Amino acid sequence: MSLNLDPNITDPDGFYDELLDAHQDLSKADSDALNARLILILANHIGDRETLRDALRVAKAP
Amino acid sequence: MTEPRYDIAFKLYPYKQVAAQSTAPQRHPVVIVGGGPIGLATALDLGRKGTPVLVLDDHEGAGQGSRAICFAKRTLEIADRLGAGQAMVDKGVVWNVGKVFHGDDKVFEFNLQPEEGHKFPAFINLQQPYFEKYIADEIRVAQSQGAPIELRGKNTVTKMCQKDDHVVLDVDTPDGPYKILADWLVACDGARSPIRKMMGLSFDGRVFEDNFLIADVKMTAAFPTERWFWFEPPFKNSGASALLHKQPDDIWRIDFQLGWDIDRAHELQDENVRARVDAMLGEDIDYELEWTSIYTFQCRRMKDFRHDRVLFAGDSAHQVSPFGARGANSGVQDADNLAWKLDLVIKGLAPDALLDTYSRERAHGADENILNSSRATDFLTPKSDMSKVFRNAVLTLAKSHEFARPLVNSGRLSVPCVYDGMPLNGPDELAGPARTRVGAPCVDAPMAEGFLLDKLGGSFTLLAINTQPPSLEEVGGIAIQTLRISTKEDDPTGAVKDRYLGYTTQAIYLLRPDQHVAARWTTANAQQIATALRIATAQEL
Repeated sequence: MSLNLDPNITDPDGFYDELLDAHQDLSKADSDALNARLILILANHIGDRETLRDALRVAKAP
Repeated sequence: MTEPRYDIAFKLYPYKQVAAQSTAPQRHPVVIVGGGPIGLATALDLGRKGTPVLVLDDHEGAGQGSRAICFAKRTLEIADRLGAGQAMVDKGVVWNVGKVFHGDDKVFEFNLQPEEGHKFPAFINLQQPYFEKYIADEIRVAQSQGAPIELRGKNTVTKMCQKDDHVVLDVDTPDGPYKILADWLVACDGARSPIRKMMGLSFDGRVFEDNFLIADVKMTAAFPTERWFWFEPPFKNSGASALLHKQPDDIWRIDFQLGWDIDRAHELQDENVRARVDAMLGEDIDYELEWTSIYTFQCRRMKDFRHDRVLFAGDSAHQVSPFGARGANSGVQDADNLAWKLDLVIKGLAPDALLDTYSRERAHGADENILNSSRATDFLTPKSDMSKVFRNAVLTLAKSHEFARPLVNSGRLSVPCVYDGMPLNGPDELAGPARTRVGAPCVDAPMAEGFLLDKLGGSFTLLAINTQPPSLEEVGGIAIQTLRISTKEDDPTGAVKDRYLGYTTQAIYLLRPDQHVAARWTTANAQQIATALRIATAQEL
C-alpha cells in the first residue's frame, strides 16, 4: 500500500486546532461544504489513484 | 391501418402500393425495420455495396422535432463515406466553445477546438430530421446509380416469426396486410422497439428519476454560437439545470431539468413553457415556440444485439441519457459496424459468426456510453445530500481553481469507440501511436490532395506508409485496396507521420471497411496480411 499511515504531520496538535478553527461558527451545511472542498483539494494534491483508493478503503473500515 | 403517432417533418418515403402486396410472400436478403437515422444509414451502406435491402417504416418520413441535435466528428466521417457528410456540415452549426455556469457565476469555459488537420469539425448541431433527409437524399442518388435499396413507408410490422434460416413478417399497409420473408432482419425501430417486444426480449438498466423539458425556440437573438449550461440556474423556475444551444434556421434548443414529480400536461402548456423561457432570455426577446417535449431517460441495453437472424441497432439495442450526445452518434457507429459484416455474410464471404462480433463490439461501445452518461447524470442529478454537497463543492472550486474543472460533468461528449481486446483484432506489431492502435478508428489527416479518410472508401484497405506492401488484391474473394503514402510527398503537414508512425519510420496498416484498424506492422508479408484479414472477418476466431 502506497498510502502513508505512519504519523506524518508536524505539530499534530497545531494542525488539529487549525482544522477545528476552520469550522468555527459554520452551520452544518457550510461545514459539510468546507469538508467536501477540503477533500477535493487534498485528493487532487495526492493525485495517485491507488493511494486515493487505499485512503477510501481505510476511511470506510477504520 | 395503424394510426400515425407523430407528424412528419420531411416526407422521405411516401406510401406507394407495390406488386409484392398482392403476390406470394417475397424473400429479401435484408429487411430493416425503422427508417430513422440508423435504419437509413444501414440501408445506404448495404445498398452501396450491392446487397439488396428493403426498409419498412410505419410512417412516411422523418418525424417533427429536433430530437438528436449534436452530431460528432466520427458520425460525420461515416456519413461522408456514405456521401452525405458535406450536406450535413453545410447546413449544421459548427461550435467549439462551451460555458458552464453555477447560478449567476461562470464556472469555466471549454474549447472543443479540435487539432488541425481534420476534414470534419468536432461537432455540429443539426436537427435530426435534416440528418435523416440527407441520408435519404443520398439513398435516392444511390438508387439512381443502381443500388438495390427500397424504402416502403406506412408499412407497419405487426407480427414476426423466426424460422431456421429466415424471418416471416406480417406487414400492415393502407391497402391491407401482406407477408414478407427476410433472410436477415435489422431492427432499427427505436427505444420502444416493437420487434424487441414481439420477441419478448428484455431491455435492462437504470431509470433516472428526472424530467427534462425541451423548448426549441426560433429567434434572431445575438447569443453566441456556444453551448451554455447552468447548474442551479438563476432564472425563475428553471429547475436544477438548464441548457441553451444553437441549431440551424435560427432555432435554439433550451432544456430545463424539472425533477421527478411534475404534471407533464401542465408543464407543456405554452404559457408555462413561455414563462420559463421568458425568465431565461429576458422579457424583451421575441421568439416563437417551435417544438416542445418532456422526456425522461434510462440507461440500458439489450444483453445481445444479435438473436439468430435478427440484429438490433441504435436505440432499440441501447439507450443513454442525452448528455454527451451518445444516442444517435453511437447508433450511427452501430450501422457502420454492422453493414460490412452483414454484406460479407450475405455474399457468403464470411461465416455468420462475424455477426456475433457486431454484438460484442457494439455492446462494448454501449457500455462505454452508458458508463459516461450515467456518470454525467449522477453529477447533474445528485442522488443524495452528500453527493450534492460534493457536486457543489466541485462547482465552487472550479470557478477559481483549474484542478476542479475536469471534475465538472455536464456531459462527456461522444468520442468514437475503440474496440480494444476484441476477437477481430489482429496483431499490433508497430511501435506506433496509441490513437491508431488496433481496434481504433482511423484518424483523419490532410494529404497533398484532400484528406486521408476520403481515400479509404468502404472496403478493406492496406495502408502502406513509406514502404512497398506485398501485392494482394483479395483474400478468399474479399477485395483489398492498397493505398501507398510517402510522408515525404503526400503528408504536407506531417499529420500522417504523427498519427500513424509516431517514432517509427514505416508501417503497414490493415483497415476494415468501417475504417477501424484491424492489424498493423512495421513490415508484413502477404501471408501475415491474409491471416489478419481472416481474423478480421471471423474466419479464424
